[in-house]
Amino acid sequence: MSTTYDIDTEGRLPALEARDVSVHYGDNEAVKKVSLVVPSKRVVALIGPSGCGKSTLLRCFNRMNDLVPAARVSGEVNFRGQNLYAEEVDPVEVRRRIGMVFQKPNPFPKSIFDNVAFGPRINGYEGDLDALVEESLRQSALWEEVHDRLGDSAYALSGGQQQRLCIARTLAVKPEMVLMDEPASALDPIATQRIEELIYELKKDYTIVIVTHNMQQAARISDYTAFLYMGDLIEYGPTETIFTNPREEQTEAYITGRFG
Amino acid sequence: MSAPEPTFMSTSSPRSIRRRRMGTVFAVLCGAATMVGVVSLAVLLVDVALDGLPRLDIDFLTSFASRLPERSGIKAALVGSVWLLVLTALISFPMSVAAAIYLEEYAPRNWITRIIQTNIANLAGVPSIVYGILGLALFVRFLGFDRSVLSGALTLSLLVMPVIIMAAQEAIKAVPGTIREAAYGLGATRWQVVSTQVLPMALPGILTGTILALSRAVGETAPLIMVGAVGFIAFTPSGPMDRFTVLPLQIYNWVSRPQDEFRALAAAGIVVLLVLLLTMNAIAIVLRNRYQTRS
Amino acid sequence: MRDGVEQVSQEGATLSFRRSRNVKERVIGAGLFACAAVSTLVTVGVVAVLLGETVNFFSQVSIVEFFTGTRWEPMFLEKHFGVLPLLAGSFMVAGGAALIALPVGLLTAIFLSEYASQGLRKTLKPVLEILAGIPTVVYGYFALTFVTPVIRTFFPETDVFNAASASIVVGIMIIPTVSSLSEDALRAVPNALREGAYGLGATRLEVATRVVVPAALSGIFASFILAVSRAIGETMAVTIAAGNLPNMTLNPFESIQTMTAYIVQASLGDTPRGTVVYQTLFAVGMTLFLITLAMNILSQWVLSRFREEYE
Repeated sequence: MSTTYDIDTEGRLPALEARDVSVHYGDNEAVKKVSLVVPSKRVVALIGPSGCGKSTLLRCFNRMNDLVPAARVSGEVNFRGQNLYAEEVDPVEVRRRIGMVFQKPNPFPKSIFDNVAFGPRINGYEGDLDALVEESLRQSALWEEVHDRLGDSAYALSGGQQQRLCIARTLAVKPEMVLMDEPASALDPIATQRIEELIYELKKDYTIVIVTHNMQQAARISDYTAFLYMGDLIEYGPTETIFTNPREEQTEAYITGRFG
Repeated sequence: MSAPEPTFMSTSSPRSIRRRRMGTVFAVLCGAATMVGVVSLAVLLVDVALDGLPRLDIDFLTSFASRLPERSGIKAALVGSVWLLVLTALISFPMSVAAAIYLEEYAPRNWITRIIQTNIANLAGVPSIVYGILGLALFVRFLGFDRSVLSGALTLSLLVMPVIIMAAQEAIKAVPGTIREAAYGLGATRWQVVSTQVLPMALPGILTGTILALSRAVGETAPLIMVGAVGFIAFTPSGPMDRFTVLPLQIYNWVSRPQDEFRALAAAGIVVLLVLLLTMNAIAIVLRNRYQTRS
Repeated sequence: MRDGVEQVSQEGATLSFRRSRNVKERVIGAGLFACAAVSTLVTVGVVAVLLGETVNFFSQVSIVEFFTGTRWEPMFLEKHFGVLPLLAGSFMVAGGAALIALPVGLLTAIFLSEYASQGLRKTLKPVLEILAGIPTVVYGYFALTFVTPVIRTFFPETDVFNAASASIVVGIMIIPTVSSLSEDALRAVPNALREGAYGLGATRLEVATRVVVPAALSGIFASFILAVSRAIGETMAVTIAAGNLPNMTLNPFESIQTMTAYIVQASLGDTPRGTVVYQTLFAVGMTLFLITLAMNILSQWVLSRFREEYE
């Protein structure tokens, strides 16, 4: 059983629209015909118990699953009206436009500056790199802490700072959408809070889809929430509704902690 | 809302094409580099086989070397190599395994152990000819073993010991700590734990490493030249103090002669040597696979 | 009463049992330590032997001449003991070999680590290992009977014994050293870094060359140094292919003599103990030993000092 509410895209073209997306690993179907609409400049949270397919689904949105030889993706993912999985689409370009922040901070073993500058450099950026790096670090609320030591190794930063660096790195290539795969799960509560505040700020300019196993987090920062279970989309709608008045029994059971 | 441009994220955008072309060129370059090694090996083996196989026959295997190429054979060299192999194994194996056991199971984590460990790693990288010099001075001259199989075996033992020690250490390290804990918990002494639990489990890995190290020794020439193995031996050793020759040395001797017939002899000798090495390596691999699947 | 007696005798038996176990354990421990210590003795022995005769050598030949002289003619009537031609020979062969093996080995490592599938890697790695296991005499034969004729068809002026042939063959020989160690270094780079780069819109080429290789650089450099060290220590292939003519030249098509080839030549001849020629063996051996030792230590230092911590 599955319920999807009408998503109010407020007159704008939805950032992303998934239609009957399925992912197979060999015989195992990790994601089963999921359809949902991601409105522009909003935060959508994907929640569900471990192994329910939410990370796998997220990785369909920027074709990261292409890198796993065993994975087979079917269905459509329409980004600004164009199907990402169409023949003539270059996955490398997709990933520049749809950025990703990972669960464990993974800065490159380079300086702070070079980490943020990496994306623009490989994409042929010819403008003022210093200004771009500063802008990205300001956007990820890290500038104040590192502006005088941009040449230091990224590994000198704390976990929370590294994650904000990764966010700055992602923003530096000016994506339109940012995917976040449990970005705060490896961080302490204070760092987590800073990341959440950051997401709240970022949604003014970016569309964000975030996978989280932390329900309170989803309730705090997202506008829309999708609940997945065993590869199926069980319920998808405005966050408030999902958390206070879910229609599906399974949703309610998960929300109230009866399983997961 | 405006529709996306036709080249939006498209594979046919100029940037996309350029990057993909560079990527393909690089991938091909890497593949070609890999092929250099593979093709070189193939060419080498084919060259040797073409030169050597015609000359290979029973007479070749059972005759001694001679000034006349038609009557030359590698009997002395083959038997000498086997003698050397066995003797080297007997000398080097126990000491190496003992050293590895000490380093992994007994040695405290202090600077002495660290020095021993670094020292062994350094010894593994010393050119084989330096071991020959040591062997000449120590075994041939100082200890007076003269140009015997024993001198050769001792010299080669020094050469392979660091390699065997390192391989044995790896094998011992691979034994799970839980096994040791269980044995200690039952009141076993350290030696009992090692001899009844750790060593049996590590043995296949140790043997594999040993065989591989010994196969290196079988191919060594320079150190043996230095301790006096020579090419003109017309007998097989009957004791460790006898003079001797080995396959690689005989091959070197023949290669050094300008006449074409000796070239063919050299190639045939190489074929025999390679077959010997292949057998040893095959045994090592079979051992490794068999015990890997078991555990 | 009876129990008490039994108890005492049991305890007594246990104690003596433990004591004899202790002695046995100590003896075994000492024996094992002795075996491990033999390795240190070997190094001491090498240094002592080399040093002893080298000192004797330098009592008869000036150090200055040895290290700066450009003629190496220890067995002629008019003797010259300048080691530079031998050094030049060794380094030329090693340099040429490095020219081949370092790029080819690194690209091979990148291929195996970043491009090849599991199955392909499983087939290719053993092949490269075989390449490493072929005895050096065989490479010498190959150089003399195949490589040199090929070179001479393109460059007819080439000597029968030439440095180029030896370089090529030694280069092939050390490819596996470079590729295997470099590949280990590349594969040690965590996948999370690759994912991060892909996520930013990088192509496989960019991920490999701008993220993975820079991250593995210390391991790659260490493999380079180790490979060159092996090339310098290489004996039979160069003895057979490059010749026995000490020659201070940069021309790879001429005959030369390396340090290792000289040592072989000197020991094949009649070298009675106590003669200067006998001592040259050790002096040259010492030089060779110190050079390769320095390189091996350098390689280990590079590995430890610049090892990346992939936090």
